[in-house]
Amino acid sequence: MKRTMGERVFGGINVILMIGLCVVTLYPFLYVLFASFSDATAFLQNRGLLLAPAGFDLSAYKAVFRNPMIMKGYENTLLYVLLGTAINLVMTAIGAYVLSRPNLYFQHFLMFLIVLTMVFHGGLIPSYLLVNKLGMMNTMWALLIPVAINTYNLIIMRTSFQTIPASLEESARMDGAGEWTILFRIVLPLSMPVIAVMILWYAVGHWNSYFSALVYLRDTEKYPLQLVLRDILIANSTDSMMTGAASDDKYAIGETIKYSTIIVSTLPIICLYPFLQKYFVKGVMIGAIKG
Amino acid sequence: MSKNVGNPALRHTIKTDMKRHWGVYLMALPVLAYYIIFHYGPMYGLQIAFKDFQPSDGIWGSTWVGFKHFESFFNGIYFWRLITNTVLLNLYELLFGFPAAIILALLLNEILKSSFKRIVQSISYLPHFISIVVVAGMMVDFLSRTGLVNQLLGSFGIQPIDFLMEEGWFRFLYVSSGVWQGVGWGSIIYLAAISGIDPTLYEAARIDGAGRWRQTLNVTLPGIMPTIIILLILQMGNMMSVGSEKVLLLYNPLTYSTADVISTYVYRKGVLEASYSFTAAVGLFNSIISFILIVAANKISKRFSETKLW
Repeated sequence: MKRTMGERVFGGINVILMIGLCVVTLYPFLYVLFASFSDATAFLQNRGLLLAPAGFDLSAYKAVFRNPMIMKGYENTLLYVLLGTAINLVMTAIGAYVLSRPNLYFQHFLMFLIVLTMVFHGGLIPSYLLVNKLGMMNTMWALLIPVAINTYNLIIMRTSFQTIPASLEESARMDGAGEWTILFRIVLPLSMPVIAVMILWYAVGHWNSYFSALVYLRDTEKYPLQLVLRDILIANSTDSMMTGAASDDKYAIGETIKYSTIIVSTLPIICLYPFLQKYFVKGVMIGAIKG
Repeated sequence: MSKNVGNPALRHTIKTDMKRHWGVYLMALPVLAYYIIFHYGPMYGLQIAFKDFQPSDGIWGSTWVGFKHFESFFNGIYFWRLITNTVLLNLYELLFGFPAAIILALLLNEILKSSFKRIVQSISYLPHFISIVVVAGMMVDFLSRTGLVNQLLGSFGIQPIDFLMEEGWFRFLYVSSGVWQGVGWGSIIYLAAISGIDPTLYEAARIDGAGRWRQTLNVTLPGIMPTIIILLILQMGNMMSVGSEKVLLLYNPLTYSTADVISTYVYRKGVLEASYSFTAAVGLFNSIISFILIVAANKISKRFSETKLW
């Protein structure tokens, strides 16, 4: 296939555009990475675009790892991610299994009940009062239980379960298998791709969420990492982290600490990302086929 | 419904169905309980929008006050500001973010080298997975008076601008950072639609002498049009809702005039200042408008194509 002159020029411009997009997307992260390894005073003198760390100093990272709030936040987030994702997965799988059964009497009613919540919801304040009433205020359960099922994910999983041939299940039923056996021994093992997508979506969601913690948690020692990050990055309170540093160094280190905090908190996602992104994309495709 | 329950034949069917599938019914219980408590519970709680809620009296025991809270919201000084800010943020997102994803998908489709294409795609999805706190934190840092952006502008002799402290910049920053974070992810669905286009259509177009440009215009674009229309309509159904998460991180009292949206107002008044009934009314108003918009959007979507939400 021969390409005309115009097409070749366009192809060249297109490649430049795409490289530009990659630079614009990646550079903010690279800047943060370089700044985090920079020597604080050298960083403040040498401002502007960084193409490498200005000087080299690990004290910002040392300050992060010495900081009890960040470490506690990390620990809390890991717990919330593990527990939250486990709850999500069990509840979503059960729900999807029930909804994928053919000829269940209340099926349509149940589905209607569930889909209605996608278009109408009580909103923040009634949910807040409910969580309060249930005694979950200021506990981690407030972050995990009210979001136990994401309805969109439930529907994706149900669609995937429906593609499993009914004959497999029938023969298992002949052998005396009950519903739980069928779910765990037949349906789930045959749905590993969609399960992987669900784990990733739920886990990333828990890792990144801050709003429900902001609303429901009072004690700072229960704060997830993102809420600690918010205090450091947005409210700009790095002072507590530099106890011991000489006062004129404080401002300087305060700057680089922000960057090392970003790196430390985002590292797990960035590291896992290359391995996981195909699953993320697959999930969108499963959703798209349905939608 | 109630007429049917008295029907003995139907009662018999339900009974045998339950007996035969009792395991499934048992499994449905936790899921049903979850939806009733955590989704329908708050809907029940919405009645406080028509009451003067006192925590000591409970939701049911508080006194009815009719539309008092709605009236004070509609007549309040912030009503139009909140509506304008909410709608404008959505409108700008629709004007810039929506076409950006389509254009990116079309450009990616023109890349012939598949390894390069994959790399660009992977990089462009990345920001979608970065937490909003980190994105907002980077913005606060880069856009501060001494931040990277002002240093770069300064080298062109431009005076430093306190971007996040000035109301005039908020919408631009909110929408452009949204495009930065979401354009790659948004393009996936269009790329999927493009890959679903029948390749013989391209062949036929080539035989008719169409170049890449004409193929894009006459084959690719019509091929993804149903996807575009559906997503467009769905987004229009969302016109009255802006999530509070990102705005809460980026706004401050200086920029409330352009940045304060319904959801952040509800958060401030409700959670921080504890005017529960008033903010429940504000939230209910927002939910009803959104509901109407989504139902209308779904109706239109049904007319345009087979695809619908429900």
